[in-house]
Amino acid sequence: MLIKRKEGQAARQGLAAALAATGAERLDRRAFLRRSGLAAGGLAAIGSIGFGSVREAQAKMPVAGKPVEMKKNMCTHCSVGCTVKAEVQEGVWVGQEPAWESPINRGTHCAKGAAVRELVKGERRIKYPMKLVNGEWQRISWDVAFDEISKKMLEIREKSGADSMWFLGSAKFSNEGAYLFRKFAAYWGTNNVDHQARICHSTTVAGVANTWGYGAQTNSYNDIRNAKTMIIMGGNPAEAHPVSLQHVLSGKEVNRANMIVIDPRMTRTAAHATEYVRMRPGTDIPVIWGMLHHIFKNGWEDKEFIQQRVYGMDMIRKEVEKWTPAEVERVTGIPGAQLERVAKTFATEKPSTLIWCMGATQKTVGTANVRAFCILLLATGNVGGMGNGANIFRGHCNVQGATDLGLDVTTLPLYYGLDAGAWGHWARVWETDIAWLRGRFDVTKAPDGKETSMMEVPGIPSTRWFDAVSMPKDQVAQRDNVKGLFIMGHGGNTVTRMPEMVKGLEKAELLVVADPHPTTFAHISNRKNGTYLLPICTQFECSGSRTASNRSIQWGEKVVDPIFESANDYWVMHQFAQKLGFADRMFKNITMVKGKYGMEPEAESILREINRGGWSTGYCGQSPERLKAHMKNQDKFDLVSLRAPKDAPAEVAGDYYGLPWPCWGTPEYRHPGTHQLYNTNLHVKDGGGTFRARFGVEYEEPQADGSKKKVNLLAEGSFSKDSELKDGYPQFTYGMLKRLGWDKDLTEAEKGTIERIGGNAPDNVSWAIDLSGGIQRVALEHGCIPFGNGKARANAWNLPDPVPVHREPIYTPRTDLVAQYPTRPDFRQFRMPNIGFTVQKAAVDKGVAKEFPIILSSGRLVEYEGGGEETRSNPWLAELQQDMFVEINPADAADRGIRDGAWVWVLGPENGSKARVKALVTERVGKGVAWMPFHFGGWFQGEDQRGKYPKGTDPYVLGESVNAVTTYGYDPVTGMQETKVTLCQIRAA
Amino acid sequence: MARMKFLCDADRCIECNACVTACKNEHEVPWGINRRRVVTINDGKPGERSVSMACMHCTDAPCASVCPVSCFYTTADAVVLHSKDLCIGCGYCFYACPFGAPQYPKTSNFGSRGKMDKCTYCAGGPEADGSQAELDKYGRNRLAEGKLPLCAEMCSTKALLAGDGDIIAQIYKERVAKRGYGSGAWGWKVAYKETVAL
Repeated sequence: MLIKRKEGQAARQGLAAALAATGAERLDRRAFLRRSGLAAGGLAAIGSIGFGSVREAQAKMPVAGKPVEMKKNMCTHCSVGCTVKAEVQEGVWVGQEPAWESPINRGTHCAKGAAVRELVKGERRIKYPMKLVNGEWQRISWDVAFDEISKKMLEIREKSGADSMWFLGSAKFSNEGAYLFRKFAAYWGTNNVDHQARICHSTTVAGVANTWGYGAQTNSYNDIRNAKTMIIMGGNPAEAHPVSLQHVLSGKEVNRANMIVIDPRMTRTAAHATEYVRMRPGTDIPVIWGMLHHIFKNGWEDKEFIQQRVYGMDMIRKEVEKWTPAEVERVTGIPGAQLERVAKTFATEKPSTLIWCMGATQKTVGTANVRAFCILLLATGNVGGMGNGANIFRGHCNVQGATDLGLDVTTLPLYYGLDAGAWGHWARVWETDIAWLRGRFDVTKAPDGKETSMMEVPGIPSTRWFDAVSMPKDQVAQRDNVKGLFIMGHGGNTVTRMPEMVKGLEKAELLVVADPHPTTFAHISNRKNGTYLLPICTQFECSGSRTASNRSIQWGEKVVDPIFESANDYWVMHQFAQKLGFADRMFKNITMVKGKYGMEPEAESILREINRGGWSTGYCGQSPERLKAHMKNQDKFDLVSLRAPKDAPAEVAGDYYGLPWPCWGTPEYRHPGTHQLYNTNLHVKDGGGTFRARFGVEYEEPQADGSKKKVNLLAEGSFSKDSELKDGYPQFTYGMLKRLGWDKDLTEAEKGTIERIGGNAPDNVSWAIDLSGGIQRVALEHGCIPFGNGKARANAWNLPDPVPVHREPIYTPRTDLVAQYPTRPDFRQFRMPNIGFTVQKAAVDKGVAKEFPIILSSGRLVEYEGGGEETRSNPWLAELQQDMFVEINPADAADRGIRDGAWVWVLGPENGSKARVKALVTERVGKGVAWMPFHFGGWFQGEDQRGKYPKGTDPYVLGESVNAVTTYGYDPVTGMQETKVTLCQIRAA
Repeated sequence: MARMKFLCDADRCIECNACVTACKNEHEVPWGINRRRVVTINDGKPGERSVSMACMHCTDAPCASVCPVSCFYTTADAVVLHSKDLCIGCGYCFYACPFGAPQYPKTSNFGSRGKMDKCTYCAGGPEADGSQAELDKYGRNRLAEGKLPLCAEMCSTKALLAGDGDIIAQIYKERVAKRGYGSGAWGWKVAYKETVAL
């Protein structure tokens, strides 16, 4: 079949010709982008690599006849936790093989996982430490870097206080790295320490934990195979978590399950759905309340489940009554009949699971959104069993672990919080004098003379650090503004309001970027001095554990030594701790081993310290030995139940894969981990459980007449299998064991430890701070879960909106709805003002929606991840996605005279911001909605900044960041940014 | 011997491009050469479907019949390979291929395209199996090691199947029977002159 073609377009024409043969429509996202992008300037050099032989241009291919060693680690991109099997020859990673034995990915990968080997070839990585000298990058040694940076840090501390250093950690750390970084901040003396979870699932963690105990995925990717109905709302796992679709599609096929996608975009995931529901961005709560309206009206709710295990559902009923099908359609745009069908399916074709991602969380109402999602699950009895639950897909490879280990401005590791009890617990684990720790923190004085130790005050989140640099000092509730930024493994283009971020960056005195790649932080501002780039290796170049979204912890072994002059997180943190004078205290109980540049902390030893303190979340049973045994015996675990049979090798028999937390007791106790949280059908020693009694035994509920009514918060008539207590019960303490007469089951050693911890009041020592593990062990032996058997809360009275209510986005095109559904009033959070209400009011008053009529949303592409610096530096991935673009509906494009593939300006309503990108005209987005991916960087406000990268470290593909035009808006509970709904205007460029 | 084929289950393919980067990774395929690619039809519309495409290793391969230097040959496993030593880069095979499989390293005037490159079914070329020469010219030879093409082995949703034609057709048939839908084995009619009866 010869077709006419122009000379010189052979390769690309081939695709078109092949498609012509199918008679299908030709244009897709990549076809058009690839055509347009192939000859772009920075790429020409790569395109011209000779190809007479494949190998010449690239070195690291296996050599015939030399022995090959296999190493196992996990993919460092999303949270699915795919095993990566590496072939190593003479210290070089030469090939990847499918890890068939992994129950999570069964050998498979997505584009990113299949390309991870490139990360340790790393042509575009930072090769050696550098600093900016009068605007020029200069090579320096590690020693000079440590000396200069720590000297400056101490100077800032001296002048402005410990809180003027701001620490940003990473969801790419191993668990051990994350834990060390949090500990590092504690020993430095600040709670200004955060990481990507802030901008990913912080609202999930807050909302879900406030509902039933822990803020994590209740089930697992594999367990979705058991579902009969799944709703994916605010997530596009086909691009963000591709390997999860293996489980989702298997469930859909084998169970003939309903797969319903509710999303403003008809995503790649929606393409495989049995039903797709298009909604207006930012109306999640009305959608859920609209569903519940039908459910309550028709009696489809699970009455027994609600009666036994849920508090406050009647208050939800009252709110839901307002959301009639007509009002829901007016606000969300979803026809009543369609939503009724979806509601009926979800409530009656069980088990049903709700899957969500950033579409739910990255909102000014993020916490309320996820609360509503949980309430839908509770109302239909869809939590705590096989095939149901809140399947929350986390983002980065270890964002679950880094969240667990406390890279967070509100808590110490493992959700202990920041109060005196929490510090006391960790000081005991660390064997560090608490008075010394307290002395590390600033003390502030209020105008009335009252002194506050900053030790118990939540810090400044990653969404607001630049405000903390730039705002007038009296607006920031700490000793001084933020002056120094210490950033490990975090992009700079993933946070909203970039024009203001750049100003903050320029004003800061110190900027340290420790990362495999320079990141946006390194090039976007006009800083001239005081800026350091430290080459950090990837997790493939060191050992450690990481926690997948389903709470399974996997041990990754070092594949190769750190390349170039890069070094691992452990060593770098230890070096800084030494220079700053607290290494001896901080690493007191951590073994040092020989590493690339001398002695460095051993990952196994750090994990053992985590085990010794990780009681609250059941991070106590996963010793390095057990995790390594799981990696070795991966093939023994069942694909669906994730459990190893009793006749598996003794070291893993009966365990759930990766010992998903909570894994109670000491490692020797051999708890199997917990596959499905709150599952009352199982014995607690088999991973069963109940809702956590976290909010007390009784609640004094305010009544309409001003009086208070005591309501029971413990479960009623519901308990886990074979529990000796046949009703609800509070969390276990030493005192409770005594009352039950179970204290006699404690060993003398356990009693001794409990009494030592408790001092004058040993009865108050709880399961979470008992370092002996005795209280947990005894509770489990009696069939009880240490954290108690409580009710989940439909009414979370401690949150700003105890019952979730709809609030219009700060920048909404539906200004007619703002009066009825306004955002929350201005208030102060995280040491700073949140003026969302003022901004929303000003936007409405000024008629911003007229000038910027299109809703702008953002999201993920399969080839890239996060800020994209790493993946855009990987030629195998970068080739597939060469241009930043905006999806725009054909009607909106026609109105503006915009052609598919043409350059356009996307204009934002704040700071006169603008981004120059290509137009992808598509019905994927509805009329009035535009969408941009968030992985691009290297261009800013229309300007290509390639020249500002240190030589040889610029990613292959650059582009505008969507956050150049995103706007103000923060969740009232967590400070989560609003990335999913703002306004923009689009014009042909 | 087996009759090796590819089968892409378009109802499973999510266009994640693992097949594409797995191929790049396994054979160090340089920028601009795509032995495999994923094509999406009805992009962004109801009925959107994706298909992973590469050389299908056709029965009576049209590339072979137009090659002026007869550089193509079919292995005992029915894999269609070619010799880069014989190839003159004329591009005829490109015109002949219904799947757009042949790739050329250079696109300049006067026909100097360079040696053609395409999917080898991870089976190397005419040189000795596993030899350095074979590795240099064609990439790795998995088939000789008893492994299947990495693109299919790593497919995230197990949409892309590789292996003996009868076996993968059977897997696909069972899948369709179980789930109750299937749009057919894409490209089989053209490549293998047969379809998978559902």
